[in-house]
Amino acid sequence: MDIQSPIQQMVQMIVSTRSDEIGCDECFEQLDRFAELVLAGKNTAEALPLVLDHLNRCPDCREEFEALLVALQSTTFPPRPQYLPT
Amino acid sequence: MNTKTGEEWCAQLSGLAPDAALEELRSLLLHGLHFALARYNVTESDLEDFVQDGLVKILKELSSYRGDASFTTWAQKVCVRVALTELRRRRWRDVSLDDLVTNSEMSDFTPEVLTDRSADPGQSAAVQMMMATVQRIIAEELTERQRTAMMAVMQGGMAMQEVAERMGTNRNALYKLLHDGRQRLQKRMMQEGMTPQEMLSMFEQG
Repeated sequence: MDIQSPIQQMVQMIVSTRSDEIGCDECFEQLDRFAELVLAGKNTAEALPLVLDHLNRCPDCREEFEALLVALQSTTFPPRPQYLPT
Repeated sequence: MNTKTGEEWCAQLSGLAPDAALEELRSLLLHGLHFALARYNVTESDLEDFVQDGLVKILKELSSYRGDASFTTWAQKVCVRVALTELRRRRWRDVSLDDLVTNSEMSDFTPEVLTDRSADPGQSAAVQMMMATVQRIIAEELTERQRTAMMAVMQGGMAMQEVAERMGTNRNALYKLLHDGRQRLQKRMMQEGMTPQEMLSMFEQG
């Protein structure tokens, strides 16, 4: 079972702390580029490692990234019914 | 099919006749937000409000678009943040920090392994000792603000933006406060001879 307890998550977060972590503002600046790299199947750990690291630590930024990804992927979906011509 | 370049978007939106570009962008953002927020409790009216507020922000910050990603991706990013910021406010509106930070020094954090009957009692004692050390280090190394923030975010699960507001700061500064706290704990753990591998392996079940 891979589910981590809260304290395990906390210990994981502490021991993996990096001195060069970026904050939420810097992550947000690069989030659009990061999302496009993900959609293009690129290696984000190589391209934008600090953004990836931040998203693994910050729940708010993570949530925004996941929502952005869905929004971007939806451009391939058909329009919603009310936008179809009558 | 949208084939406008970023420059074209910016020029049209800031030009004398932005309506067509605005409507195209509005439609695109609304479509994206509809799917992005599908699992949240939002109404059609909410979505339209979020897009409208998003458009205001996009127009205001047009000059900050740098072309690192496509314009529509950048715009969608801005819009998603506007929407989620409001949704978090709603979600946590009636919750204070006191509601979350009920016990001091994270004394309630109990690893799953301690309640697991099949766990090796010897290992559990080692984990217990480690956790007692972690709790002591937290009490000794972190400031009151750091402990409060850590409790609210990690134990209480409150959104960073909401914790930040209640603590009179912003989300970016809160992240840095927590980062500083983690660095202090990490350094202290190493000083006490607790290596990362050792600590993490203590949680693994055989």
